[in-house]
Amino acid sequence: MNELLSGFIEAGRLIVSLDADLAEITLRSLHVTLTAVFFASAIGLPVGGLLAVTRFRWRRHVIAVVNALMGLPPVVVGLVVYILFSRAGPFGVLGLLFTPTAMIIAQIIIVTPLVVSISHQAIRELWAEYHDLLISMNASKRQRIATLIYDGRRALLTASLAGFGRAIGEVGAIMIVGGNIDHATRVLTTAIALETSKGNFPLALGLGFVLIGLAVGVNFAIHNILRTERASLW
Amino acid sequence: MVESIFPLALRNASVKRKGKVLVGPIDLELGSNAATAIIGPNGAGKTSLLRLMHGLERCDSGSVQWAIPDEEARKRQSFVFQTPIIMRRTVLECIAYPLAIRGAGKGASRNLAAEWGERVGLKDVLRDQAAVLSGGEKQKLALARALVTAPEVLFLDEPCANLDGRATREIEGILSDAVSAGTRIVMATHDMGQARRISNEVLFLYKGRLHEIERTELFFPSPRTSEAAAFLRGDILE
Ligand SMILES: Nc1ncnc2c1ncn2[C@@H]1O[C@H](COP(=O)(O)OP(=O)(O)OP(=O)(O)O)[C@@H](O)[C@H]1O
Ligand SMILES: [Mg+2]
Repeated sequence: MNELLSGFIEAGRLIVSLDADLAEITLRSLHVTLTAVFFASAIGLPVGGLLAVTRFRWRRHVIAVVNALMGLPPVVVGLVVYILFSRAGPFGVLGLLFTPTAMIIAQIIIVTPLVVSISHQAIRELWAEYHDLLISMNASKRQRIATLIYDGRRALLTASLAGFGRAIGEVGAIMIVGGNIDHATRVLTTAIALETSKGNFPLALGLGFVLIGLAVGVNFAIHNILRTERASLW
Repeated sequence: MVESIFPLALRNASVKRKGKVLVGPIDLELGSNAATAIIGPNGAGKTSLLRLMHGLERCDSGSVQWAIPDEEARKRQSFVFQTPIIMRRTVLECIAYPLAIRGAGKGASRNLAAEWGERVGLKDVLRDQAAVLSGGEKQKLALARALVTAPEVLFLDEPCANLDGRATREIEGILSDAVSAGTRIVMATHDMGQARRISNEVLFLYKGRLHEIERTELFFPSPRTSEAAAFLRGDILE
């Protein structure tokens, strides 16, 4: 109880004093996660839409695989990305290991299946609703997907937010591929792991509260942006 | 002169689902000069027949053929569903949507959509989300959205099923205007009064089969088949 309190106080102190290290790792956390979520959404939303609207031979299997990939253990993803980008690996020449870019790549792999799966689910429901209308109006496949993505944007935002939620709190993969290097790849989660292992609980907790605040804050901000569309029926 | 999409010819056409016949086999030719009411008890196959004509169902036997190629014919039809399908957009955007699908310019689409919205009495709610409309207003929206493309043929599946007398009369007024403007109507309805008011031709369906096709003014006073007579008397047909 005492430690929670001192953690809270520490978090307050770090924020009020505009601690430079805190600002740096917080911004890096945001940068890595938002970039990963951006690419995961750019890939995942159209793929989810396509899976919902088109019929092809292995469709069911693809969906089953995507759903299974949602359960990918991040540590294993980290390990694989590590091996691929290590000096001896196929992408070793790029020299990306222990850089934020490697962390972003690992997170894209972790988050994309989640975005595909949730957006597929949402778009499939909307498609069931719109199906007869869009067929009746002779909408092309491209028009159908565009319409479904546009009209389902709230549900799709939820897919991206779920991706953000998974990525911002992730530690296993980015620890492995990033290395938690001070002033280079340290982010909130890896810093928390480090401080905890050092027994520095107030600082670890303080960082933890900042992390929670960040996650809640980003969700809140996006909801507010969307609230400008008045009717809140869906 | 644009070639007419009529006549529509159904030859031995039927729709099946899992071995069960929903409608057909039906032989029928629809010309351009009529407003047709499709009547019959619940489950007779009215919805299935409309969907078959419009191309939402494929025939499991026989054929459905317009006078022009399907691809072109599709663009000159509209369908109003039994329960309106309402998109998650504003009323105006919903009405403009089929124009957008056809690649019409945004400004012109909005003007035309606003005009139709006004015509069906939705002037004050054009900027509201369509989902908040009442049942009757949604039906009017569906009608405006169907008519905004000036279709040659308009299919309606019980467009007034949940509406009160006044809303029904308003919709019938809009339909009459559309007919005068050259749109051919094919409408399923349970409302015999409406069938009399709107149509000049009646198709009587029973258990998926077309039992009678007759001019409206002849059908109601003297139906030819015993099934149609029983139906009009209000006797339950199973
Ligand atoms: N997707 C489907 N699968 C199986 N049976 C169906 C399906 N759609 C309709 N049917 C059956 O086909 C028959 C005809 O249905 P249809 O909806 O065409 O009737 P309807 O005349 O429009 O009835 P209502 O007046 O109640 O609207 C009914 O017996 C119905 O149960
Ligand atoms: Mg029906």
